[in-house]
Amino acid sequence: MTPLLEVQNLSHTYSAGTPFAHKALEDVSFRVDRGEFIGVIGHTGSGKSTLMQHLNGLLKPDQGRVLLDGKDIWSDKKFTRECRFRVGLVFQYPEYQLFEETVYADIAFGPKNMGLDGKEIDRRVREAAGFVGITDAQLNASPFDLSGGQKRRAAIAGIVAMEPELLILDEPTAGLDPRGREEILDNIQTYRRAKNATVMMVTHSMNDVARLADRLIVMSQSHLVLEGTPEEIFSDPQSLVDMGLDVPEVTRVFLALEKRGLRLPRVYTLDQAVAALAALKGGARHA
Amino acid sequence: MSQAIKTEKLCFTYPGVEDTPGVAVFDGLDLTVDEGDFVAVLGGNGSGKSTLAKHFNAILLPTGGTVWVCGLDTSREENLIPIRRQVGMVFQNPDNQIVANVVEEDVAFGPENLGIPSGEIRQRVDAALNQVGMYAYRQHAPHLLSGGQKQRVAIAGILAMAPKCVVLDEPTAMLDPKGRREVLDTVLQLNREKGITVVLITHHMDEAAKAKRVVILDQGRIAAQGTPAQVFSQVDLLHSLGLAAPETVELCHALNAEGYSLPLDRLDAESCAQAILDAITGEETT
Repeated sequence: MTPLLEVQNLSHTYSAGTPFAHKALEDVSFRVDRGEFIGVIGHTGSGKSTLMQHLNGLLKPDQGRVLLDGKDIWSDKKFTRECRFRVGLVFQYPEYQLFEETVYADIAFGPKNMGLDGKEIDRRVREAAGFVGITDAQLNASPFDLSGGQKRRAAIAGIVAMEPELLILDEPTAGLDPRGREEILDNIQTYRRAKNATVMMVTHSMNDVARLADRLIVMSQSHLVLEGTPEEIFSDPQSLVDMGLDVPEVTRVFLALEKRGLRLPRVYTLDQAVAALAALKGGARHA
Repeated sequence: MSQAIKTEKLCFTYPGVEDTPGVAVFDGLDLTVDEGDFVAVLGGNGSGKSTLAKHFNAILLPTGGTVWVCGLDTSREENLIPIRRQVGMVFQNPDNQIVANVVEEDVAFGPENLGIPSGEIRQRVDAALNQVGMYAYRQHAPHLLSGGQKQRVAIAGILAMAPKCVVLDEPTAMLDPKGRREVLDTVLQLNREKGITVVLITHHMDEAAKAKRVVILDQGRIAAQGTPAQVFSQVDLLHSLGLAAPETVELCHALNAEGYSLPLDRLDAESCAQAILDAITGEETT
């Protein structure tokens, strides 16, 4: 089956041909299947955001190709434009990009640009608002009267309303409190399930990707250095630390238990850790 | 012990626009930060953390009550400049805080504004860059540094003004794990080795766990305060406020629901693992 997205030998250099030339991506290749949740991790400056901006044609590769459904997104102008709707990109701190007079108008901006009729736009705005928990009253408010977490969710709804097959989020939870983080992550899951969408999420939170992602992509110094399930990626903590990353804290606790002679499975989420240790306790009780 | 910062019945209301009423944030908040203390302030979005921080160097002035900074009342205009010499602020986004094209010039910006003689500025800039581990980058362009490096340059810029107190408002929100470690280690070192009072506002519980004292704000009130172990062991309270305990405490708390009886004051992986091991082996021997 053709993957939804395929990146082939992608390279990108900023300020090419000047003394400030900086190779942001070098020979990056990977593929994403329909319905997957991909976590993208990497140190600041590793090339994550540059990579994401190639996936809906905001940046053009210097070398290599980006294929959506097997077709190069730069193959013709019409297809490039189509890709910008099929691949939705939520930037870092997207709430700074709210600009309309009402939340409704802001969410409607994308679908309007797609040339949809009024009725369809209305349906999409209301459905997108529903996914992120924006109420009818809030739709009529100015986006600037919302709290930080609400603004972030309104901005995400603006992308979701275009009903992208691939939803890309660049650090969607940065700067939010634990409850706000949970809400956003739940919203993303709700959209994904309802539309059978594919998600790529860039984050610095190892706990979040450990819990949500089917597969991780690890960027370091402009290269894609690791690719695998959370289990595979977090099985080698030292190499992650060397790359400026980390492992989830519960993984650390289990490594410390292993060092103390306890035989345990590898875990990377709180639920797995609790299950593994609860079983041990049960076993000890019956012994 | 003398107090670096003290708020006495602090009230603050953001003014309303046209017909809309103002938004009250604090209604009689009492908080003290001792000299040399390291206080982490936690709270949900909208709990008043940043508004509080802005009272600590007189960016905002109380609409009621008093804020004392190093014994100076922030509402008296003649105190403004002395207060801003004593309290340095570091904000979330490093790109909004860097003004010069060369690292060492950026660090010199503060002391230049204080009218310090140039020979001494040179010394202060070098010392501050060494302190944050960025001396080797003194000739670099700030925009080509990593996020963690930029934040350390911003901290060096504050240190060069020789403040008694540093207030950091979510300084690591935009950083990767390594950048977060670098910034936090720098802050800990300033507190321990230089005796600088630190107020750290953060959403990261593991960072707050390194402080001497934790204050939890909720709707402009103090919901809990004490040592990190005292505050984080109140897991149910934290959850009710939309917060979380550090992952190690969350693990022990969840395991207690499964029949363990673990202490809720283990803030790092090693001590948490030891407690779990003790619980398991203790049971086997009985």
